[in-house]
Amino acid sequence: MARIDLVDLAHSYNGDRAPTESFALKPVTMTWRQGGAYALLGPSGCGKTTLLNLISGIVTPSRGKILFDGRDVTPLSTQKRNIAQVFQFPVIYDTMTVGQNLAFPLKNRGVPKGEIDKRVAEIAKLLDLTADINRKATRLTADAKQKISLGRGLVRSDVAAVLFDEPLTVIDPELKWQLRSKLKALHRELDLTMIYVTHDQTEALTFADTVVVMHDGRVVQSGTPAELFEKPEHTFVGYFIGSPGMNIVPAQVSGREARIDGHRIALNRSYSGLNGGKIEIGVRPEPVDVAAPAPDLLSAKIERIDDLGRLRFARVRVGEVKLAARVPPGFSRQGDIAGLRFDPAHVHVYADSLLVEGTA
Amino acid sequence: MDKTVNQKAWFLVLPVFAVVAFSAILPLMTVVNYSVQDTFGNNQFFWNGVGWFKELLDPTSDLGGRFFASLWRNLFFSTVILLIEVPLGILIALSMPREGWQVAACLVILALPLLIPWNVVGTIWQIFGRGDIGLLGYALNSIGVNYNYVANDIDAWVTVIVMDVWHWTSLVALLCYAGLKSIPDAYYQAAQIDGASRWAVFTAIQLPKMHRVLLIAVLLRFMDSFMIYTEPFVVTGGGPGNSTTFVSIELVKIALGQFDLGKAAALSLVYNLIILIVCWVFYTVMTNAGAARPRKQGTA
Amino acid sequence: MSVALDHVTRIVDGVATIRDVSLKLESGTLNVLLGPTLSGKTSIMRLLAGLDKPTTGKVMVDGKDVTGIDVRQRSVAMVYQQFINYPSLSVYENIASPLRVQGKPKAEINKRVTEAARLLRLESFLSRTPLQLSGGQQQRTAIARALVKGADLVLLDEPLANLDYKLREELRTELPRIFEASGAIFVYATTEPSEALLIGGRTIAMWEGEVLQVGETPAVYRRPETLRVAQVFSDPPLNVVGIQKLNGSVEYAGGVKAPASGLYQKIGDGTYRVGFRAHQLEIADGQTGRHAFPATVTVTEITGSESFVHLHRDDANWVAVLHGVHEFEPGQKLDAMLDPDSVFVFDAGGRLVASPGSA
Repeated sequence: MARIDLVDLAHSYNGDRAPTESFALKPVTMTWRQGGAYALLGPSGCGKTTLLNLISGIVTPSRGKILFDGRDVTPLSTQKRNIAQVFQFPVIYDTMTVGQNLAFPLKNRGVPKGEIDKRVAEIAKLLDLTADINRKATRLTADAKQKISLGRGLVRSDVAAVLFDEPLTVIDPELKWQLRSKLKALHRELDLTMIYVTHDQTEALTFADTVVVMHDGRVVQSGTPAELFEKPEHTFVGYFIGSPGMNIVPAQVSGREARIDGHRIALNRSYSGLNGGKIEIGVRPEPVDVAAPAPDLLSAKIERIDDLGRLRFARVRVGEVKLAARVPPGFSRQGDIAGLRFDPAHVHVYADSLLVEGTA
Repeated sequence: MDKTVNQKAWFLVLPVFAVVAFSAILPLMTVVNYSVQDTFGNNQFFWNGVGWFKELLDPTSDLGGRFFASLWRNLFFSTVILLIEVPLGILIALSMPREGWQVAACLVILALPLLIPWNVVGTIWQIFGRGDIGLLGYALNSIGVNYNYVANDIDAWVTVIVMDVWHWTSLVALLCYAGLKSIPDAYYQAAQIDGASRWAVFTAIQLPKMHRVLLIAVLLRFMDSFMIYTEPFVVTGGGPGNSTTFVSIELVKIALGQFDLGKAAALSLVYNLIILIVCWVFYTVMTNAGAARPRKQGTA
Repeated sequence: MSVALDHVTRIVDGVATIRDVSLKLESGTLNVLLGPTLSGKTSIMRLLAGLDKPTTGKVMVDGKDVTGIDVRQRSVAMVYQQFINYPSLSVYENIASPLRVQGKPKAEINKRVTEAARLLRLESFLSRTPLQLSGGQQQRTAIARALVKGADLVLLDEPLANLDYKLREELRTELPRIFEASGAIFVYATTEPSEALLIGGRTIAMWEGEVLQVGETPAVYRRPETLRVAQVFSDPPLNVVGIQKLNGSVEYAGGVKAPASGLYQKIGDGTYRVGFRAHQLEIADGQTGRHAFPATVTVTEITGSESFVHLHRDDANWVAVLHGVHEFEPGQKLDAMLDPDSVFVFDAGGRLVASPGSA
């Protein structure tokens, strides 16, 4: 159990004399509370695996410190940090049974046999592995093997944090659901700090209480799934989260309205002084409805309509800009031109990719 | 994947058939023929049926006695060198660097003994061990060790064994290194996290992941050492006396020394059979070890 | 050009990986092979390509039997899950390679390569080697190479499975456009129902080597002919419950009784199984005519625009999906509501007897 503090933590694989801009992880200061479920979310190369490796101790940071419960663990090796890690592919000891695999970390620490057996039985029950406890570990399916990997981490009662590095990569899609729910249920039961690295927003948003979105080595935004979804602070967050992602449209904004292509869109808040730089409005596809063309609606050309079963999305084009919009259940397509209706409550304004608050 | 059948391919194989028939099958048939005859090679043949084979397998007869003695020597030799070369090879593989320019340097140094023609290896050690002009022989004698591989049985054995270890350990080391390199880093990280000692890492991760490669290494080394001829022949000639006379050397003595072609043919056939059986056993063990894992049925 | 499989069976090591499959694919069509892993999708594609031979049955192209003919003589291109490109050649050379093998003149190669690169948005990467590209770009190179060949049959085996989530999304929206521009027969294998829905075209639902249903994708989605098809074509997993109808009322397994309203009016007395997708299970109150199931929440998964509520009810696990962010505490008891007009009813043999929108 540990509170994790990152103090001005940064890392470069080219030595710490390299320019900060080229760092794999740019300086970050954050606190992760004990027992929290965190997800590090971002595309390949965003620095999330680097951050995870810094926390687990596999990599020593070029700059900054890491504290567990106030204690500086930066100089400590992985072993001494008391963390558990689950990797992308199941890591199990081939020659041992499931039970022996689970017992291994305790055996190495000299825990008495009676206690080992008790702990192993407990964890096996938690992970639904009791039936297989005496089977050779290599015979099990991939998701069972991942559970064993996880179990080896949980079996130590003093573990500070459990780190997951894209653990569902090799799992079959039907079983991903089960394992995801299991991880979430485990988190609630065990009150451990869990940190989960992934590029899949569904995994991140379903697992974590707090999602840390990373891009190009920087922490772009950190918040609850609802916060990230409703109010992205950076256009990258808007684009990356949500399927389809947020529409980002260049516009002129002044007062309570935005102008796209000469057409006015009402805004909920008032903005002033937005003249220089890159001004854009961001709005998710869901609050944008497709309707029959009308003079008071922004005109757009429909390129295609995607039927996703429970939802329909239209891909439309306004001038050069492509947008995605929701197709309401009653809509039937007449020709190629449609009108777009925007819900002002969900339209955000961004200057140079950062959210502008505006006044009420 | 089963390719669609195309009979024209057989024509491409004909030249190979012809060559193999000429250089291998016909001579083999000749040997089989000789093994059931009594001949000294001057085209005079006296039918002997399974006579030679009976004599061969009878330890009390002259032929049988020599055969079994040399067979035991071979087995002893193979066992000893396996016991030395395999752990030594593993040790070398474990100590080799994983990345950087040192890797290439090590690989080249390891490969050198493997590239030397076998009779040159024999010659190297023959001179190396001589008491008068050989570095090893002279050095040993000057520090008081009475080393003479020509006269002393044990010295001869030690020389032959050390020579083989020097020659072939690199092969085991290279194979093990390849096996080690294929282990993903995550396993070592997991072992670190689990607090495993160096020995536990070796027994729980490295050794199991190397077992296929080790099986190949053991198979190769056993076969090669069981067939060994050139190196010991050049160094000791089978002596002193017949203390280092392996089956191959015995065979040559009978065939080319005594020209007793019938006996030699029978001996070579039995020798061949033993090697084939050992290989088959190894192969079965290897494929069964692979089949113990759950097999996926077809593909999605 | 049309490709057909005629009662094809393939047996490997005594196991039938493909069982009596007959399919006909017309040119200019998009065909999705949808099914879980090991359902036979890759085997079918390999049979269509000519990489494998069927144990029994025939493969026909334009009515002619091509079963014995080697893949090299067929007009086929294939894209795999692992982006397979020639690592030492530039992107341009990679895309040009099939044309060079065909011996086409330089001007034509240049024209077709630039066109394929434009279609897949690779123009600025033509001089790079595959290892200098991201996963998405590498896969686009592989797709461009498959397209430039001008093959009549293009096979894609879960091509997006190894890509990052967002890249997958981007490529997924571009693929239909790319396919339509080409005119060949496309066969796209996937395990994800949402990909099938996005690609459109026709869907071939598969399970354990058998073809369960073939039809226009929305039609297969809305009217799965069997319980299996509904399960294959649902993500999150389909919720299923047993039901008994007798004398104008129904009883669900686990003891919930209700009048036989909605679709239940159309079926006779007997035992059935009812399947419904996650979005057909409601949690909000205020709708009339619903059947209520007391259930316990096990976990809620929030993805921002949707919340997936996992429920435990009568020894079965159900999933409901709600719009927006909804938090339920694990262990919380609530009533899950089912609209009897929006379920799939399957008879004891798994065949569809009633569905929403059926007459």
